[in-house]
Amino acid sequence: MNRLTFRRGCVALAAALLTAGCSGVPPGSGVFLLIDTSGTYAAELDRAESVINYLLGTMDPGDSFGVARIDGGSFSEKDILIRVTFDERPSVANDEKRLFLEKVGAFTDTVRSASHTDITGGVLQAVEWLNEVGPGHKTVLIFSDMEEDLPEGFVRDFPMDLQGVRVIALNVTKLGPDNVDPRVYATRLDEWRERVESGGGQFAVINDLERLDIALDL
Amino acid sequence: MPGWMMLWPENPALSVLFLLVTLILFLYGARAPAHRGIAGAAKALNQGCKLTAQGIRSVQERLAARNREVLLSEGLEDAERQIDQEFQRISSAVDRDLGGYPALHRRLSDQVARIDEDYRRVTDTPPAPDSWTQTLHAAGELVEKAGTQPAAAKAVQALQTAIEQAHDDAMDKYRQSSRDRHDLLAKMVPAWRSMSSTLTRVEKSVGGIFERSRRIDELMSEYREIAAKSDVAERKLTSSTLSQFVIASFVLVVASLGGFINFQLIALPMSEMVGATSRLGSMQTSDVAALVIILIEITMGLFLMESLRITRLFPVIGRLDARSRRRMAFATLSILLILAGIESSLAYMRDMLAADRMALTQQLAGATVQRPEFMWIPAVGQMVMGFILPFALTFVAIPLESFIHSSRIVLGQVIVGALRVVAFGVDMFGFAADHAGKALKNLYDVVVFLPLKIEDLVIQSRAARVPTVSTDRSTSTA
Repeated sequence: MNRLTFRRGCVALAAALLTAGCSGVPPGSGVFLLIDTSGTYAAELDRAESVINYLLGTMDPGDSFGVARIDGGSFSEKDILIRVTFDERPSVANDEKRLFLEKVGAFTDTVRSASHTDITGGVLQAVEWLNEVGPGHKTVLIFSDMEEDLPEGFVRDFPMDLQGVRVIALNVTKLGPDNVDPRVYATRLDEWRERVESGGGQFAVINDLERLDIALDL
Repeated sequence: MPGWMMLWPENPALSVLFLLVTLILFLYGARAPAHRGIAGAAKALNQGCKLTAQGIRSVQERLAARNREVLLSEGLEDAERQIDQEFQRISSAVDRDLGGYPALHRRLSDQVARIDEDYRRVTDTPPAPDSWTQTLHAAGELVEKAGTQPAAAKAVQALQTAIEQAHDDAMDKYRQSSRDRHDLLAKMVPAWRSMSSTLTRVEKSVGGIFERSRRIDELMSEYREIAAKSDVAERKLTSSTLSQFVIASFVLVVASLGGFINFQLIALPMSEMVGATSRLGSMQTSDVAALVIILIEITMGLFLMESLRITRLFPVIGRLDARSRRRMAFATLSILLILAGIESSLAYMRDMLAADRMALTQQLAGATVQRPEFMWIPAVGQMVMGFILPFALTFVAIPLESFIHSSRIVLGQVIVGALRVVAFGVDMFGFAADHAGKALKNLYDVVVFLPLKIEDLVIQSRAARVPTVSTDRSTSTA
């Protein structure tokens, strides 16, 4: 083999590796779970913990997972309980998951009910982190009744940029007025769908948590 | 029917009839050129198909001849190889068994000489014939005769006693010598046995060489048949090649499954080494790394088999001298050993990772984490498999060589068969086109049968009126 042929071979191999390595979508998934701690919904925290356990069991090394609570002002780092991108080695990732589990357990044991519900702020916080991490698939899970109750002076009625983000509302419980007039419940969800989809995202509602695996497709 | 074709829109039947008559008349008028056109097209198609089929058959024959050449040449090479191996075996057998023949001969001669000497020593010396008996008898008579004469009797008695004593002594000596002879004969038994076993060994060696020489005779006759390019040899080689192809394919499928199991053993723990997130195209880098390790093992196996001269896929290795090949075999075996060790430890790591994952799943499910009893058994099993599979994959080289050699012939024969089928198909198409042309002409005449009939009648009536005029105008429908 002469030197020119060898060089050409090396260039071709390098080009093939680069092309193969630089595929369009980055690998891994990013999930951010927002847990509503306001009012009566705080009683649903056990179910939220089950969802977290399920997600931890399905996530692979390299995936990103964050959990934050929704309270009166959710667009804030102090509401983030934990966020982690799992190590690329499976054994280390398993240890990180155990640590994650411990922190979530500590949170559910000590959580106190919040007086307001800033869902939009939580979504913005989640999307900001997911965009920063840059996983292949971005998902924001909202464990809430989707009834926003902002403190005085908070501005949240503006369009959100949710390009490439799936927003899934989990365990959307029915409130008292919903029982009186079910259209209130449907209207609430439709408003959220419109907000998310107008921002370029996808919106879905999953009340049967057994279907979570199909909806998430992790 | 479009309106513009209706000459008399108020009377469609008349319009259609008019059109039909016009069409028939037109077709009748154009009958001869139309027949010529149809016949020409059919003939052209038929000829084209024939030429195409001829060309395909020519390619098929050339390919078949080439296949035959390859088959015979490979058969010849194989026969040469087998004859060479048989000669090498004979050579080593002669070196091993008959190389020590002078020593063996000397040992046999010694044994024979010893036996001969012993034999001479055991020659029986019979006791004195009747002389002792006669002497004793005479002494007895003398004692009886001298019974009344005390002095004489005493003397004779003494004489008899002496003679009997001498006789007894002689008999004792004879018995002693007989015992000695028997002892000697007993000592000869091991010598006989040793000689017998030596001779059996010689017989076996010589028999083995005779067996090998008979095998060489068979191989030589096969070689002569192949060299003569006989049909029998070709048939035998074809059948043998097909068998080889089927067997080698089967073994390669089994080996592929083994390789797949090997891959499964090491792919997961590889993610601990190279990470589980990086990707090479659509594959995880850890999977690629596991695949590369398996491919390296197979390559090392190929080189090992090649340097041991079990396979001959790389002529460069085959041409190396014995010392270099030994070094190469040692090097490849060492690499295989290292890789087998790595695989074994990866298999153990896989078990650990699986156990860790199971424990985490239990923890996430809220159950108490339990380590099942006897978990060490699958762990040890995986480690052993991880160590053995690389060596098992080494032997892939043998069926691979058979597959490569036989697939060349089989592929050639499949192509020849396919070309034969294509040529037949093209021929059949030409034949069908020819007959379709004839059928089309007949169909054309069916449409214009009325004017043709009228033409026939006119010709017949003319012929009746003018008998001399030839009425050979054909209304052939052909």
